[in-house]
Amino acid sequence: MAFNKNSSTFTFVFATIMVVVVGALLALVSLGLKDKQVKNENDKKRIDILGAIQVEASRTNAEGLFSQYVTDAFIINSKGERLDGGEDAFSVDIKKDFRDKTLTDADKKYPVYRCEKDGETLFVVPMVGKGLWGPIWGFVAIKDDMSTLYGAKFDHKSETPGLGAEIKEGFFTEKFANKTLSDGGKYFEILKGGSVPSQPNQVDGITGGTITSKGVEEMMNRTFGIYMEFFKNKGSEQAALNQ
Amino acid sequence: MSATTEVKKSESLFSKKNKKLLSDPLNDSNPITVQVLGICSALAITVQLQQAVMMSLSVLVVMIGGNVIISLLRNLIPDKIRIIVQLVIVASLVIIVNEVMKAFVPDISEKLSVFVGLIITNCIIMGRLEAFALGNKPGPSFLDAIGNGMGYAWILLVVSIVREIFGSGAISLPGMGQIKFISPEFMASTGYMNNNLMILPPMALIVVGVIIWIQRSKNTKLIEEA
Repeated sequence: MAFNKNSSTFTFVFATIMVVVVGALLALVSLGLKDKQVKNENDKKRIDILGAIQVEASRTNAEGLFSQYVTDAFIINSKGERLDGGEDAFSVDIKKDFRDKTLTDADKKYPVYRCEKDGETLFVVPMVGKGLWGPIWGFVAIKDDMSTLYGAKFDHKSETPGLGAEIKEGFFTEKFANKTLSDGGKYFEILKGGSVPSQPNQVDGITGGTITSKGVEEMMNRTFGIYMEFFKNKGSEQAALNQ
Repeated sequence: MSATTEVKKSESLFSKKNKKLLSDPLNDSNPITVQVLGICSALAITVQLQQAVMMSLSVLVVMIGGNVIISLLRNLIPDKIRIIVQLVIVASLVIIVNEVMKAFVPDISEKLSVFVGLIITNCIIMGRLEAFALGNKPGPSFLDAIGNGMGYAWILLVVSIVREIFGSGAISLPGMGQIKFISPEFMASTGYMNNNLMILPPMALIVVGVIIWIQRSKNTKLIEEA
């Protein structure tokens, strides 16, 4: 056979064809599945936000329940001022902003979801932080007295299963309900054993998951540090309305 | 290596020799316990049974796809760049598997996270492409892939069942979640605590070691002469 598969020319031709074919194939797969993947991601986000206000949702009914409970979604800046007419709050990718070291707190956008449940107004605050192995994130719902927590939902990328990964489990998140943020120092504390039940801003961390628990604590304090400005403004606004 | 010899043209797909391609990797030449390949993923994702099941399926799919494609192209692939070609094909298959999982089983895909990507570096796959698919027809390569995929799978399943029972007191299956068949309260009252060591990676190594020990004591062919 005249054809020599080991000649340099054929090697180049083969490599070129392979790269083009593979590239085209992957692009096709990615484009073809994109809509479904984006929908899955958005549904997951809706389920998590609903989880923070303690509404159980599944992938099939997330969209409907979300529009039923979430009455408003908007963005605030780091000074706690509401920014209107900009980007859609739901599409703000706070995880991406968190990774981007060139952004300062002032450059970032902070989404807020206002929900109505059983006649109560709740604000859901998304947050992102660092666990032991990778990013952790969550949504915390706060009542309109701006200090009582209503519920929380956390998730993680790669925490140790059975240890740090337990932050997403109900037994951990249900402890946050009806806790209050303290005014001075740390807004909230997650302790390694020995949280005092009478202390309204403390919960127990996870045994064997101390670093992840501390990550949740850091994430909550940092995030509430920024949102607190908004809540204060909100409080005075409401006081003015009530008068 | 006997596995690289070309299978004769006239043989049927299920000849004795071809059946050996399926059964050998389950025991005599098991990729994990005998060749000690692909250990990294075996350690990382055997905390829960459902992850092990999905991982095994993914590896099986990639392995079959890779083996068949490489075998079809075996007379065209230039020797100089054959490793790169194998890598590109495996990587593309893995990306496709990952994208498909993200679109159709998002919850499990989230659990497996980076480990699906790590299938690319799974030595079993590259090993079979290099040692078998490059020198054999698609039919036998297909069987070889199934054999090795299953050889990998059963070890993963056994390890993950042991680890999940002793580590979490439960068994989980894809789509069904975790089934706690031992009541934690009952076990705690007898003084048993969930064994965190079981959940950590070193225990996977120990469990694999125990499987190798049992296998060698039953299968004397595997014992090297002193």
